[in-house]
Amino acid sequence: MEKKLTCIVCPMGCEITVDLDDKGNILSISGNTCNRGEEYAKNELTHPMRQLTSTVGIDGGIYNRLPVILSDNIPREKMFDVMEAIGKVRAKAPVKRGDVILSDVCGLGVDLLASRSM
Amino acid sequence: MREYEIVIIGGGSAGIAAAIAAYNKGCSDILILEKDKELGGILLQCIHNGFGLHRFKEELAGPAYAEKWVDMLKDTDVVVKTGTTVTHLTSDKKITYVNKDEGYVTVSAKAIIVSVGCRERARGNIATPGYRPSGVWSAGTAQKYINMQGYMVGKRVFILGSGDIGLIMARRMTLEGAKVLGVAELMPYSNGLPRNMKQCLEDFDIPLYLSHTVSDIRGKDRLTGITISRVDENLQPIAGTEIDFDVDTLLLSVGLIPDSALFEEAGIELHRKTKGPVVDEHLMTSLPGVFACGNGLHVHDLVDFVSMEGEEAGSSAAKYVLDKDYREACDKRSDGEGDDTLALVPGDGIGYVLPSKIHGSLMEDSLEIKMRVTRNDRKVKLVMKAGDKVIKSLNKPRIAPSEMEKMVVRKTELEGITGTVTLSVEA
Amino acid sequence: MYDIIIIGAGINGSFLAHELSKTECSVLVLDKNADVADGASMANSAIVHSGHDPKPGTLKCRLNVRGNRMYPDICKELGVMYKNCSAFVVATDEEESKVLDKLIGQSNERDIPCIEYDGDKARELEPNLSKNVIRAIELPTTGIIYPWEVAIALMEEAVMNGVELRLSEEVTGIKKSDDVFTVSTDKGNYESRYVLNVAGVYADKIYEMLIGEDPGFHITPRRGEYYVLDEMDKPPVSRVIYPVPGPNGKGVLVVPTVHGNTLLGPNSEPIEDKEANNTTADALSYVKKNVCKTVDNIPFDKIIRTFAGLRPSGDTGDFVIEESKVEGFINVACIESPGLASAPAIAEYVLTELMKGRWTFPAKVEYKHRKPVKVLAEMSDEDKNSLVKENPAYGEIVCRCRRVSKGEVLDVIRRPVGATTVKGVKKRIGPGMGRCQGGFCEPLIVEILASELGIAMEDVRYGSKDSYILMDRMGADASHGKEQP
Repeated sequence: MEKKLTCIVCPMGCEITVDLDDKGNILSISGNTCNRGEEYAKNELTHPMRQLTSTVGIDGGIYNRLPVILSDNIPREKMFDVMEAIGKVRAKAPVKRGDVILSDVCGLGVDLLASRSM
Repeated sequence: MREYEIVIIGGGSAGIAAAIAAYNKGCSDILILEKDKELGGILLQCIHNGFGLHRFKEELAGPAYAEKWVDMLKDTDVVVKTGTTVTHLTSDKKITYVNKDEGYVTVSAKAIIVSVGCRERARGNIATPGYRPSGVWSAGTAQKYINMQGYMVGKRVFILGSGDIGLIMARRMTLEGAKVLGVAELMPYSNGLPRNMKQCLEDFDIPLYLSHTVSDIRGKDRLTGITISRVDENLQPIAGTEIDFDVDTLLLSVGLIPDSALFEEAGIELHRKTKGPVVDEHLMTSLPGVFACGNGLHVHDLVDFVSMEGEEAGSSAAKYVLDKDYREACDKRSDGEGDDTLALVPGDGIGYVLPSKIHGSLMEDSLEIKMRVTRNDRKVKLVMKAGDKVIKSLNKPRIAPSEMEKMVVRKTELEGITGTVTLSVEA
Repeated sequence: MYDIIIIGAGINGSFLAHELSKTECSVLVLDKNADVADGASMANSAIVHSGHDPKPGTLKCRLNVRGNRMYPDICKELGVMYKNCSAFVVATDEEESKVLDKLIGQSNERDIPCIEYDGDKARELEPNLSKNVIRAIELPTTGIIYPWEVAIALMEEAVMNGVELRLSEEVTGIKKSDDVFTVSTDKGNYESRYVLNVAGVYADKIYEMLIGEDPGFHITPRRGEYYVLDEMDKPPVSRVIYPVPGPNGKGVLVVPTVHGNTLLGPNSEPIEDKEANNTTADALSYVKKNVCKTVDNIPFDKIIRTFAGLRPSGDTGDFVIEESKVEGFINVACIESPGLASAPAIAEYVLTELMKGRWTFPAKVEYKHRKPVKVLAEMSDEDKNSLVKENPAYGEIVCRCRRVSKGEVLDVIRRPVGATTVKGVKKRIGPGMGRCQGGFCEPLIVEILASELGIAMEDVRYGSKDSYILMDRMGADASHGKEQP
């Protein structure tokens, strides 16, 4: 069986073809132009992972909101749980890009990082 | 009147890159004028990731990408004025800007780089009929409210246009708890990046209505609902195909247009298709010494390419300031084009080509030509021809109107060629 | 107890309030909308017609001719824009040419300057005039204004001189007993000796509230839809271009605006719903088709907006301006085109002719004049800089399209009859009218309004009271109260 996937690792959006046997085991992966694409395809078929960015309120910043990003992808089905956790956080200026705003978000082993200094 | 070597109008991704490039080429008297309170432009509200893969080989969120550039700029002597809006650009290269501290100031520059970015097409531009309630925004305006000011704009949302900003906002608003009921796209194909189709729509089961448009807008105060209709081959709504949605928010992601106001004021020739200025191989406009880059020149698909174009414009402007021969040759051009000027024109399958002209004698060793195709296709060739003579041909596994195509041509490849060069898509 | 209650703060209500404010009488103006000039006065062709067109012997004819002559001075006194742009009425065939003959005759009878051209001569003056035009007449006294700007200025000066204005108050009932009118609104009751009913499309309903029976005139709004073209250095036309008038009025026009935009429209469609100011695909395409009959090379790619307005069209063929059968209740109704051009003359007619001898309010000894709105884009750099020095907010541009500074926005919020909504700011100083249509400036205007009015961002309205813009603050901010950014 053949499965076609749009790679979301980068803006190139490669179209990846995954060959599967009857039991769903991966026989081959093609169409990706980098190794990350292969990893994406494997994950996507078993446990899709997603990056998530959002904002948190910040005191004393130049704006009301501090953009944040996760240190790594999380299981797709956890996105709303993570959003809820992010919604409860408030940062305080000054922060530096990459500062941990919330560690081990929802016990997923990823941190919430500041996307910028503020 | 203070004269700068280079004044850069607009401190977004194109302008910052232009300043750094010009500085690195040897210019030291550079001024960036930025209207917002910080450098970075629209990137500051683009909190999603996906920036920097080409330029930095890593994937960054918009604000992080901007910050990396701003950090690089800090290592230069470039002067930055934020909170400063340029109100006038004249044909004798005078710039009037205004800010709180200095008031209105007019300066001149040997070279000017216009990197003002683009604006979103609004409802009025597409003349969508119906009422005119609140709750109808271009997607980027909603993005600013949500990501910068921290306010939700609505709870039940429909999106017109499958441009990337619209798709990204579909995901963003869904994650923030809104219900996105669908995305309508006028064309029979999506206009967004494939990854955004996947992670913004498919992930959340948001339906995409291809060949559909919004045909009615309801609500006398706040938006209460919209109607979408399928469109015929002339892109006109077909009666009887209406679907109603009760929504409080309609976001438009129906295209971007270079902000051409300053070019217009300075009498700079505009491109019929891109709506930005006409430029040559050095990204110089019809006004010698005025260069353009970024989304204010033509709308890009990726910010990395905006930065790279900024670097090109910065290098060109530096050359204009520092290289007397080049400058004099450019200034002379205002009297008319020389015999060595090649016109680059779009052929079959190509919407526009940038630059529109190449001055053979001034061209660098190689030049990256950018173009937009007009259709989705697979296994085609991009072909550059002079008459019947094929100058260059490039195999493309797939092409899409939403992606910028590029072709690098060497000066040697254009030797002996005069007149018109056509770029087209061939099977 | 007021001497006079005016129902309706459109252009006519504003002219009446302004005229009355010059005398020692107490006046209350009520309007259901959140701003002055939010109904028919907001959405129309914005032309001060010369008076060539109305049927002889009508009030429309007399008041239009008079109003046209009054406008230039009034606008100058108020410090608002008036541009004497002139107009062509053009004929494309012999039939239409005969109509021009009639208009020439009428203009001569009314002392309205009128010049005749053949098609080629007309095209010399207006190069984009259609090749099909065979003959044209020019009406050089035709002018253009921003109707809402005039109305707001009038109301502002009226309020400065004692008139009371209550917006967002809808009249729900009117009674008269013992020579006293009681006007009830959704917020209270007000008494007066006289009532001026200037309620636009609702004037018939307002009168009906008082008499409880058929008002004798009926208003069926006629909807007119328009396109707005972006500002251009060289707009397609410099004069108003009328086709020859037909049974439905003046036809589809091409109209320059005082800011270099161009209006295309309107069509004319009777609509029962007095609020149905929506645009429709059919009417817009009708407009597109018809403007091409008189003007070539219209840059449709410069369309930045569409809108529709509802004209308060009556069924009597003329304006209804009369003291009603209830003494002291004056109808100023059915003020369709040329209502805008006639407005100053309508107020003059009501006060000096209709109510002559009845209203003997002494003139005010001291009258306060408004200061024109500061528009930096029209000032010299020197003047601008002295303002910036005084208040740095004048150096902060919030609207790129019109180059409007934060200081100017603050001014129009702080003035009497100041802006309270995004649309109110747009009407007074322009952000949102330009090519970005508010895309860049709206979030900034919302911030300024919230902080200036001392309200939360989510309480800022676009225009009407339910036209909210923002919902709740996000995430953890929500629990941090409603502090301002």
